[in-house]
Amino acid sequence: MSETAIDINQFFFGYGNKKVLFDVGLAVPAGQYVAMIGPNGVGKSTLLKSINRIVKGQEGSIRLFGKELAAYSQKELGRLIGYVPQYHEQSFAYTVFEFVLMARYPYFDALRPPSEEDEKKVHEMLALIGLGDFKDRRVHQISGGERQKVYIAAALAQEPRVLLLDEPTAHLDPRYHAEIQQLISKVSRNLGLTVLHVTHDLNHIFSWSQKVIALKNGRVLMQGTPQEVLTPKNLESIFDTRFIFIPHPQTRQPIIVPEMS
Amino acid sequence: MMLEADTITKRRKMSVLILLLSLTALVLFLTPLVGAQPLSFSDIFSFSNDSLDFKVFWKMRIPRSLVAFFAGAILAGCGMVFQAIFRNPLVCPFTLGVSAGASFGATIYIRLGLPLSLFGISGISSFAFLGALLSVFIVWKLARIKNDASIAKMLLAGLVVSYFFISLIMFIQYTSDLYQSMRITRWLMGGLFVYGYQPVYDILPFVLIACIGIWRYTHELNLLTTGEELAISRGVDVRRTVKVLFVLTSLIVGGVVSACGPISFVGIIAPHICRLLIGSDHRYLAPATFLFGGLFLTVCDTMARTVVAPAEIPVGVITALIGGPFFLWLMQRCFRG
Repeated sequence: MSETAIDINQFFFGYGNKKVLFDVGLAVPAGQYVAMIGPNGVGKSTLLKSINRIVKGQEGSIRLFGKELAAYSQKELGRLIGYVPQYHEQSFAYTVFEFVLMARYPYFDALRPPSEEDEKKVHEMLALIGLGDFKDRRVHQISGGERQKVYIAAALAQEPRVLLLDEPTAHLDPRYHAEIQQLISKVSRNLGLTVLHVTHDLNHIFSWSQKVIALKNGRVLMQGTPQEVLTPKNLESIFDTRFIFIPHPQTRQPIIVPEMS
Repeated sequence: MMLEADTITKRRKMSVLILLLSLTALVLFLTPLVGAQPLSFSDIFSFSNDSLDFKVFWKMRIPRSLVAFFAGAILAGCGMVFQAIFRNPLVCPFTLGVSAGASFGATIYIRLGLPLSLFGISGISSFAFLGALLSVFIVWKLARIKNDASIAKMLLAGLVVSYFFISLIMFIQYTSDLYQSMRITRWLMGGLFVYGYQPVYDILPFVLIACIGIWRYTHELNLLTTGEELAISRGVDVRRTVKVLFVLTSLIVGGVVSACGPISFVGIIAPHICRLLIGSDHRYLAPATFLFGGLFLTVCDTMARTVVAPAEIPVGVITALIGGPFFLWLMQRCFRG
């Protein structure tokens, strides 16, 4: 049995009086690529943000590599976990290089400028993601797809052991959607990262993830391998709609589409 | 040189900083030469206390230019910090009630006609400073309802507190006699009346705190501008950082406003122009904004005391006349894209 990267037990969360997550329990094994699915508004993003303390949970325990979340300082979490949010607008004009360098924050000394080592790491990550030529461009002036790559490069520059991805490919066109998904799965495999990926893209799950966690109404409905979880019957109970599975003409992997009424 | 280039290289940043530094040296030397009274070079450097030109230059104009420079630098620097915290280029400490609070304190002092002074600082400054502190305290308390000081709440609290204090000021003015009312109005316009070096020493601690404080937090400011969530995910303790910066800058601005009156728009104009010139990386933006804000206010103040010489226009009027249209232009830019 391998190490558990993220271990959540009896976790509750609410905004004011509105409860969002109830008695959540789940485990993400180290080194695995885990997909999290579920209808809009069931608390997937909130759960993700609880893990690196963007929001603070109210009850229950979150353990990272066997250690309680509360025992980590925010900087330690910054060295452990990289986070890529949904595509969003950027109001201040940083260059790509500046933006990725900023992500080295958890390694900075308060009063010293970033070291050569930090700059080297940034160049390395930009090259890895294929952004070398974009170094001096301003982040708000490049296309949405390239910008999302910049966010990924920045998260990787934190040299994390865990990546939390909150629908990073939503709002992107099909070409970038596929390209960035491939990039993430390739890089995370090569670097041996643990990935927890919130997604609505059911079709790609078979090819890149080893585990699926399904959330509904603030609770974990089921978790298991893609083959176990992604069945027509399960999907119907998760999304309250019927799905049909068709084999892909080229790969024979199932394609999941909602049934027409 | 294009105002907003696609790429900003390190070399460009350094050249902008060097340019601003040279301009600073030039302006600090040249502006004291300009004024209602023309000065002769030989008298200025005669170092004789009998010479009027020597006194005007070294005891009046040089300290005044220095105070203007420091005040402008601080206001601009604090504006930059607030814009980073609130991720909004239209915010400055004044939007958060500090200036209204300080003005309220000064208004009360003038209305009561008190002649007292605290620890050798003039009474009006102490009252203005206390007013600024009061507003910071109220904004902080309001924003912390339910124990969670979110940025949007702080902004709203600041607006509410501003309007509240402005109403109180109007009420006090209404109950004042003509002379007091004039004095209040005059103070609200902002101005620099400096003789000798005491005002320079008074403002110096605030300059030091601002420089050290802002320099200490440049990395955090960078990350805050990318959004609260992303900043936390990179390891910034956002709640603590925002709290420290908010209180720190409010105090510094309170200090400056209490000395010079509410001089508006410096805190918006300087950081914005510098962002266009040098980008948003606060390691370069902070020194550039300091210098530019200082330069801007020094030049405005020189205009204030020369345009209608021997009379003076309050410098706040000049910054507002330049700042108003600039603000509109900036707002349009923001809404366009």
